[in-house]
Amino acid sequence: MALSYDSLNENVKKCQYAVRGELYLRASELQKEGKKIIFTNVGNPHALGQKPLTFPRQVVALCQAPFLLDDPNVGMLFPADAIARAKHYLSLTSGGLGAYSDSRGLPGVRKEVAEFIERRDGYPSDPELIFLTDGASKGVMQILNCVIRGDGDGILVPVPQYPLYSATISLLGGSLVPYYLDESENWGLDVDNLRQSVAQARSQGITVKAMVIINPGNPTGQCLSEANLREILKFCYNEKLVLLGDEVYQQNIYQDERPFISSKKVLMDMGSPFSKEVQLVSFHTVSKGYWGECGQRGGYFEMTNIPPRVVEEIYKVASIALSPNVSAQIFMGLMVSPPKPGDISYDQFARESKGILESLRRRARIMTDGFNSCKNVVCNFTEGAMYSFPQIRLPPGAIQAAKQAGKVPDVFYCLKLLEATGISTVPGSGFGQKEGVFHLRTTILPAEEEMPEIMDSFKKFNDEFMTQYDNNFGYSRM
Amino acid sequence: MRRFLINQGKSLLDNTRRQHHTTRRFLSILPSTSAPVPVPVPSRAPLVSLSRFLSSTSKMAASDSASSLPVTIDSINPKVLKCEYAVRGEIVNIAQKLQDDLKSNKDAYPFDEIIYCNIGNPQSLGQLPIKFFREVLALCDHTSLLDESETHGLFSTDSIDRAWKILDQIPGRATGAYSHSQGIKGLRDTIAAGMEARDGFPVDPNDIFLTDGASPAIHMMLQLLLSSEKDGILCPIPQYPLYSASIALNGGSLVPYYLDEATGWGLEISDLKKQVEEARSKGIAVRALVVINPGNPTGQVLAEENQRDIVNFCKQEGLVLLADEVYQENVYVSDKEFHSFKKVARSLGYGEKDISLVSFQSISKGYYGECGKRGGYMEVTGFTSDVREQIYKLATVNLCSNISGQILASLVMSPPKPGDDSYDSYIAERDGILTSMARRAKTLEEALNNLEGVTCNRAEGAMYLFPRIDLPQKAIEAAETVNTAPDAFYCKRLLNATGIVVVPGSGFGQVPGTWHFRCTILPQEEKIPDIVNRLTEFHKSFMDEFRN
Repeated sequence: MALSYDSLNENVKKCQYAVRGELYLRASELQKEGKKIIFTNVGNPHALGQKPLTFPRQVVALCQAPFLLDDPNVGMLFPADAIARAKHYLSLTSGGLGAYSDSRGLPGVRKEVAEFIERRDGYPSDPELIFLTDGASKGVMQILNCVIRGDGDGILVPVPQYPLYSATISLLGGSLVPYYLDESENWGLDVDNLRQSVAQARSQGITVKAMVIINPGNPTGQCLSEANLREILKFCYNEKLVLLGDEVYQQNIYQDERPFISSKKVLMDMGSPFSKEVQLVSFHTVSKGYWGECGQRGGYFEMTNIPPRVVEEIYKVASIALSPNVSAQIFMGLMVSPPKPGDISYDQFARESKGILESLRRRARIMTDGFNSCKNVVCNFTEGAMYSFPQIRLPPGAIQAAKQAGKVPDVFYCLKLLEATGISTVPGSGFGQKEGVFHLRTTILPAEEEMPEIMDSFKKFNDEFMTQYDNNFGYSRM
Repeated sequence: MRRFLINQGKSLLDNTRRQHHTTRRFLSILPSTSAPVPVPVPSRAPLVSLSRFLSSTSKMAASDSASSLPVTIDSINPKVLKCEYAVRGEIVNIAQKLQDDLKSNKDAYPFDEIIYCNIGNPQSLGQLPIKFFREVLALCDHTSLLDESETHGLFSTDSIDRAWKILDQIPGRATGAYSHSQGIKGLRDTIAAGMEARDGFPVDPNDIFLTDGASPAIHMMLQLLLSSEKDGILCPIPQYPLYSASIALNGGSLVPYYLDEATGWGLEISDLKKQVEEARSKGIAVRALVVINPGNPTGQVLAEENQRDIVNFCKQEGLVLLADEVYQENVYVSDKEFHSFKKVARSLGYGEKDISLVSFQSISKGYYGECGKRGGYMEVTGFTSDVREQIYKLATVNLCSNISGQILASLVMSPPKPGDDSYDSYIAERDGILTSMARRAKTLEEALNNLEGVTCNRAEGAMYLFPRIDLPQKAIEAAETVNTAPDAFYCKRLLNATGIVVVPGSGFGQVPGTWHFRCTILPQEEKIPDIVNRLTEFHKSFMDEFRN
């Protein structure tokens, strides 16, 4: 055999990506055997029955089949504003959906993204510093690829984190420098803790180059306050770190006390020297929000204070993959410039998007309350994003049983949960957690009407599990 | 991206000057000669004489090394600085500026449009999409159309049937959902069936990985294979620069083998052997052989006999065969036929245990030319399960490829059949495109061969011509005085005189001292006579200016 496992790139072997790991594979097997599986492992709303928004699908369908625009009967199937918008986007392409675009994305769509950012933040945004990508993950990989030279370069990543970061850092041969979010402070970010993490990494000879924040948090669901963002940006300024702001859940906010504020806005509000010197890359996507268009693979990143020559290098690397897919670019254009009041499709669009967001808000509440009613389970409220991340206080008997089965305790728990209920979750160990503390991540995406039943079946499983292994002392600590 | 080459030369110079803050590890992979090359090349002369660019730094902005910013040109990943991708390099940037300027300054130029022959992007040059494919995609994107009676007036009946069939293959009929990381299983079944029909050998749908175009698939395999500069990949020269760029990004070594222009870009096994031995003698473990068939930029279609030799060579040497077969439907001559490497290997009696083979396919090429969709796949055979798991894991990190590209990849492997509503129009569209491409290839090839000092092999397949230009010494000297590679000098002059954009041969690699350019055959057919005239006139005046 030409290729043995031993000879593979070590960085590839080291990389872990739990969202589609052991639990997911087992769930897929069970599904094949005919068991009903509730996939709450990936933030994939349409897979769980969320209907796509009508207007963007109409526009993209017309772009797919532009010959329809010449058909006199097109108006019987499509509203006039969708037809006009399809013509608009086709005019921004050089050959419709079938031609490679500029490697940074269609200039016209990047302009619409820049206008959206300006409206959102109240500060100008330059389309030349916005690159469209095949989903936010690709964008994160492009930027990390540019930053990481080798294992001497470190990236500060929150723990728990979305495993895209750990996986990509491993693949690129860099070093992940963890900073812990504080569960007892609703997953708050403590700058003293950051400082310690950086000092420790430096003492090991690591050059810390960048800091990742996920806001709203994945898997932790917290929304960062403006004051906290200021501290973070000041910290990046002092420590000379480029801030990577993963803001893909910015539409997913389920409380009113802490609305989403972009890192870019806070940075610009801080003024000179911060606004001129802190380097920031922000990421966004069409996969989340009330759009949930995961299958399109559409995203963008915006760069702030990145020198032109570095931007050129990032452009060069983007050009090797030729261009992001064009239909997702149009979805992105539509996301940042949706129908306006007065447009024919506005009412329907507003109704659909409001319906989704309000339902998500209710589901976030049902889920948090459901978990908190379970024995040995505590769960912070999902302020934003799409996930619930309860802590499971496993009794020593369960930890012992897991050890015997050769499994990490939370993997053991999640596998048992899957076998008993069909609920497919991701063990907390896939995201990182403090030693001796166990969690799981579920999405809040199952259909609202199924939610009570899912939480009942979870509670039944959990409480029986706890009773089975409970010996009344020595819980894994909070 | 502007001035990739210059930037690169500059940064290499900077690196060399500031050795003390560049780690030794990175410098060590540069060859000891003064001329840096795009990727470490263990034999023969440098592929690209980058040294020619090294002094052209005057136009660069002040170095940002003095800045205190964390991310500067001096602190980014040197592998990023090192990689090059000429298909969208300096000349394309000049072209884009000319195009912008043409809008307001029409009279300043001897041409009224820019003709992009630099990239295989057919629909940007007016090629229309195959209607049936797009009907199905539109219906899958906006599924409520399927419930409307008016839809039957606007869409063909087989497109409606097909959309239903595809939706039934997607879990929950959710075209907006992430799929399995290898792609939707039902679509992989369709693709596997299409490949079986093509080759007459079984295909396991679990061997297929759907990707956002062939490029990410190739990048993924190279990432798996390359740990350091001690790992080498055999690549044809001239090559499609995705390979050199991706090898550089992954920190490996490109081991070149030369295609023989005199024998229609033939591949000599003896040359392969020599290159492997030479690389090994330098401590490089050669991991894989890349074959591009039909060739890019060279347009040759390999003979089956030659393919058998290649397969045997890989088997003997223990190399993974990376078969870039994205132009499999683009064959223009009656004396050549495309054979997949899978079919050739299986015909030789080699099974899963005998040879590791990865075949890449794309929906960007063929007669459909759906570049903007970013669809493609690879078939991975002959790997142990532990290696397979690693490939799967790499696919999962990116979650999945875009669904509309996945659907299209299945459609091109299962187009309308005789008797279907769309069959006649589909055949007319497909054959219209392919026969027109064949005519365009022929016309351009003949025109190029009529030029003084130009020889051009025929485009048997793919989408490109790669003529060789025997540049007069005076032209070479003139290029040197402006610090430009002679072929790039020629291509820039061509662009400024005619608006025609081509890619200099140095972007693909060529035998040192020879000069080429790559020109696609994709401009619409009615434009070809004018292109031929402009090219001929330009070449004549160029030669008049520089003839020895």
